Amino acid sequence: MLDLMTGNAAAAKAAMLARVEVIAAYPITPQTSISEKLAEMVANGEMNAKYIKVESEHSAMAALIGASYIGARTFTATSSQGLALMHEMLFWAAGARRPIVMPVVSRALGPPWNIWTDHMDVMGERDTGWMQLFCENNQETLDLILMAYRVAEDKEIMLPAMIIEDGFILSHTFEKVDVPAIEEIDFYLHPFNPDVKVNFRKPRRYGSLVMPDWAMEFRYNNALAMEKAKKKWVEAGIAFKKAFGRDYSSLVELYRCEDADVALIVSGSAAGTAKVAADRMRERGRKVGVAKLRTFRPFPTEELLRLGERVRTIGVFDRSYTFAQGGAIYGEVRNALYPLASDVKVKGYIGGLGGRDITEAEFEKMFEDLLAIARSGSMTKDVEWVALKDGSWRWF
Amino acid sequence: METYRDLPQSTYSLQTTESVRTGTWRTFRPIIDTKKCTRCYTCWKFCPDVSIELREEGDYPKVDYDHCKGCGICANECPTVAITMVREDSIC
Repeated sequence: MLDLMTGNAAAAKAAMLARVEVIAAYPITPQTSISEKLAEMVANGEMNAKYIKVESEHSAMAALIGASYIGARTFTATSSQGLALMHEMLFWAAGARRPIVMPVVSRALGPPWNIWTDHMDVMGERDTGWMQLFCENNQETLDLILMAYRVAEDKEIMLPAMIIEDGFILSHTFEKVDVPAIEEIDFYLHPFNPDVKVNFRKPRRYGSLVMPDWAMEFRYNNALAMEKAKKKWVEAGIAFKKAFGRDYSSLVELYRCEDADVALIVSGSAAGTAKVAADRMRERGRKVGVAKLRTFRPFPTEELLRLGERVRTIGVFDRSYTFAQGGAIYGEVRNALYPLASDVKVKGYIGGLGGRDITEAEFEKMFEDLLAIARSGSMTKDVEWVALKDGSWRWF
Repeated sequence: METYRDLPQSTYSLQTTESVRTGTWRTFRPIIDTKKCTRCYTCWKFCPDVSIELREEGDYPKVDYDHCKGCGICANECPTVAITMVREDSIC
């Protein structure tokens, strides 16, 4: 059924459709309306779930780890400082292989105090062992949360997942969303039934100490599950397309890349803006494409290599900065494409930090910059900050 | 178990922590003087490690030395000063 809803309403709706059983959440802008909507749905009986009111995000995640051990399907949502406070428990959730699904409504970390979107918060958690997926729009937010449970709870995977929607740009903006009937979802997403569950009649210790002789093997198994998750996301995407018609059957969505001279890798809501800019460039005869990186963890190395085989000049737009060589996605893309280093040029662009608008005009400038690199075959700056106040692009 | 393939996905032990003697690193041992003890069970309420045993209402509290870490909170809270902390190496 078609509905008009915000990204946060779509996220809450997805939790309801997934028949989530335990929710523990703490309010933080711009996530708050997800936890409020869920509280309302639990209170009025629309959802048959336990809602645990906690005193912090750290406690929210701790509560869900316990609930997940019982065998309950679990859900929370957070942003920015709240996600940072959860940091320790994120490692626990992933290491204990608890398939918790959590929308992260991305927001800058302070100072400077700022409630608007960028990806510094999620990039700060990229090495916790969580799967991380970026949404371009509200439809994708709803769909990816449903898919996330299917992948996360797969017995070969058992890893938690963050579904990232850009603060305000998606979270508080109304869009058309096609909402499947809950009976259709039941067909796509089966109840959570883990092999190991807490049994009160047979008490055990969970998360117990492992000595150096085996701890590394546990970590290796985590890594193996993340690798397998690539295939599982593709499979979940194919099944989703069959059931609901929308296509998420690749980890990287290619837009007009078939004959492109240059491609720009973008994640999150900015991908939509980049696509419009690409259309404008195409109208002027410039062969440009957009590669939307939907799945950041697991990282789609193979798909990017296939792109690099065809498109020899690749830009990466990052809404984050690592205080080293450019943004987080740029570093990883360049790393993935290293086997093609003699043929492929990768340029990084930093922009849209702290909610700064990133416009079609700016994306068109990035495409022009990439085309110039492709024409001349030389690149003078590896990374630039785009659209600073004086209108300039800079790399120190 | 020989390789990573033999491991469960996440760690758990088949028994609870009760089976592990964690009281061995104690420096001071709480000793309850039943002549002074009024069986108010304040020590039982305050023990952060559930190491004061109380089988039935009316019993004197007993310290579970297999798990007591010797923090001394019971001795500090006891209203009749019935609990004294004694150095382990002074007990033969």
